[in-house]
Amino acid sequence: MSREDLLTMADTASSEPIQLVAPDGTRHRHAAFDAMLADVNDDAVADLYVDMVAVRRIDTEATALQRQGELALWPPLLGQEAAQVGSARALREDDFVFTSYRENGVAYCRGVDLDDLLTVWRGNASSGWDPYGINMATPQIIIGAQTLHATGYAMGVKFDGGTQASVAYFGDGAITQGDVNEALAFAASYQAPVVFFCQNNQWAISEPVGLQTRVPIAQRADGFGIEHLRIDGNDVLATMAATRMALERARAGDGPTFIEAVTYRMGPHTTADDPTRYRDAAELEEWKEKDPITRIEAYLHTRGMAVDGFREAAQHRADDVAEKLRHGITTMADPEWQAVFENVYAEDHSWLERQREQYGRYQDLFSSDAEGKA
Amino acid sequence: MDTQTTATGTLTLGKAINRGLHHALAADDKVLVMGEDVGTLGGVFRVTDGLQQEFGPERVIDSPLAESGIVGTAVGLAYRGFRPVVEIQFDGFVYPAFDQIVSQVAKLRYRTRGRVSMPLTIRIPFGGGIGSPEHHSESPEAYFAHTAGLRVVSPSNPQDAHVMIRQAIACDDPVIYFEPKRRYHEKGEVDEGVDLAELPLGAANVVVPGTDVTLVTYGPLVKTAVDVAAAAGDEGISVEVIDLRSLSPIDFAPVEASVRKTGRVVITHEAGQFGGLGAEIAASLTERCFYHLEQPPVRVTGFDIPYPPSKLEEHHLPDLDRILDGIDRVMERPNSLSGGAGC
Repeated sequence: MSREDLLTMADTASSEPIQLVAPDGTRHRHAAFDAMLADVNDDAVADLYVDMVAVRRIDTEATALQRQGELALWPPLLGQEAAQVGSARALREDDFVFTSYRENGVAYCRGVDLDDLLTVWRGNASSGWDPYGINMATPQIIIGAQTLHATGYAMGVKFDGGTQASVAYFGDGAITQGDVNEALAFAASYQAPVVFFCQNNQWAISEPVGLQTRVPIAQRADGFGIEHLRIDGNDVLATMAATRMALERARAGDGPTFIEAVTYRMGPHTTADDPTRYRDAAELEEWKEKDPITRIEAYLHTRGMAVDGFREAAQHRADDVAEKLRHGITTMADPEWQAVFENVYAEDHSWLERQREQYGRYQDLFSSDAEGKA
Repeated sequence: MDTQTTATGTLTLGKAINRGLHHALAADDKVLVMGEDVGTLGGVFRVTDGLQQEFGPERVIDSPLAESGIVGTAVGLAYRGFRPVVEIQFDGFVYPAFDQIVSQVAKLRYRTRGRVSMPLTIRIPFGGGIGSPEHHSESPEAYFAHTAGLRVVSPSNPQDAHVMIRQAIACDDPVIYFEPKRRYHEKGEVDEGVDLAELPLGAANVVVPGTDVTLVTYGPLVKTAVDVAAAAGDEGISVEVIDLRSLSPIDFAPVEASVRKTGRVVITHEAGQFGGLGAEIAASLTERCFYHLEQPPVRVTGFDIPYPPSKLEEHHLPDLDRILDGIDRVMERPNSLSGGAGC
């Protein structure tokens, strides 16, 4: 099968996703989705806009920090701001989120400390924050593994009579992984209150979505007996409405929901990647027309909002976030050697203790040397 | 503690585990038992027999047939504050869950700098000798013992099996609990009232004291090793048998003390030799007490082959005579390598 065939296949797979705001800002009506947004007035939409601008700025700042050697790697989300902000802002504080490594926008909305967002990419720690502090597990790098964790968490909610939901974020590449399919099976069997939020950004590094599926991804859910929604992932109102709908189902005891948010990764997979090797410039241009941020700006303009005003507010927020991010990461202290041995086990482990003790004595050789010379 | 269910009596190893699970389920409603066929059927080896009837289908959970799913959802349940005890039906079925175990379960505490605990117990019936087809008789312990963040244990008798399953469940670290399936029906006295704190999880046990040779083993071969000690005794050789109980970490002090006394060591396990626990023990002893050794450590192990069909497993599994031959080697008596190249 040729590369062109795969790309065509992906194209034919794109049946019309639900859209509330068109790229030119036109508002489409959708009875069920609109009902989910009854309380979202123009000011609330402007807040989402501000969030998206801030999230994009985190992305460009972190990319710059990587280029300047302050970070080892960074996975950009450019283009996926609506999918992440819309879904994350639909969540309740006590819902629990399990993500992949690209959900920096979700983490921002959950209130992550900005230093914690970048620690892992600087190499200072394996992951950043306290999961119980913001009810969000630290990002998972093994593709799709976190969908099982979200499902297990939701099973636990059901077992202990909680009212929370859990959300699993993953990409189009992950749908092929066994774990995602096992997660769907478990979620359906136990009717767990979990939302599967797939950001179909069209590319798994260099592999087009057509290599993963011959049908729209959302259809996968049908075979498991799971309800699905296929939405325009670049439309922040659609992503928010769909997530609210799924959460409502979860809380009502109606079980899992699968959301496919059709979006596009406008940048590379990570800063180590070169997308010009595998995709057409024309494709990128086409998706730039569907940019989630300019779209919501256009929509707010049609609503008669003072665009300049909230654009300026967004800019201030973005500047502030970028400054904090840069300051935090460039002043971050390197970890001490002892951290290598910490938190491997809850209880002492005799062999590891021996290694720590021996390495400590080795380290002491250098400090006594230094003292001797002084 | 549920004193009304505490008892002393003779139990099989399988029933001793069942009683341990019962204690844990009764003592803490965050403990869950999960796996394929563990509920209505009571497990293919009946280790979970009767638990679902007593504790209900949301505490003793029949799962879909998906090992990665079982372990991966247990990770999520642990995030939620549960203490899942999952059963992998057979040793050879654990590999689909290998990624969740080594990439997630083992690393989550380290990854989150101590914020997330994974108090999972993963029960795996392991080892050969029951005449099963392939994938049903493997000894994968070295894979897990090699993975930092996991604790790996294997009981050898009903009393230990009972105590160790309760300790494993109580432990805030993830524990791989290898059940010697060919010993499920062995009977022994079990005191269910034993104080768990008295016996640390994984303290090695000197099963038979001796002075000439140290014989180190664990799980299914402990019983064989005890028979070896008796047979060697008939020939005037005093064998000290050590049951490791814990395979990671290994409680090395008693092993080292024994070797300093005897100067000779044989290590035996069913798993293949290359990169097995015997290699680790031999290397560690050589590092720690080289000048006390009269002979190089000897390993008597399964061969480095896929587990053979059942008509051949008697050749693969170390038995009394093969282990005695190993003892002859460290005692410099006539043995299978006498007259040939020693290495």
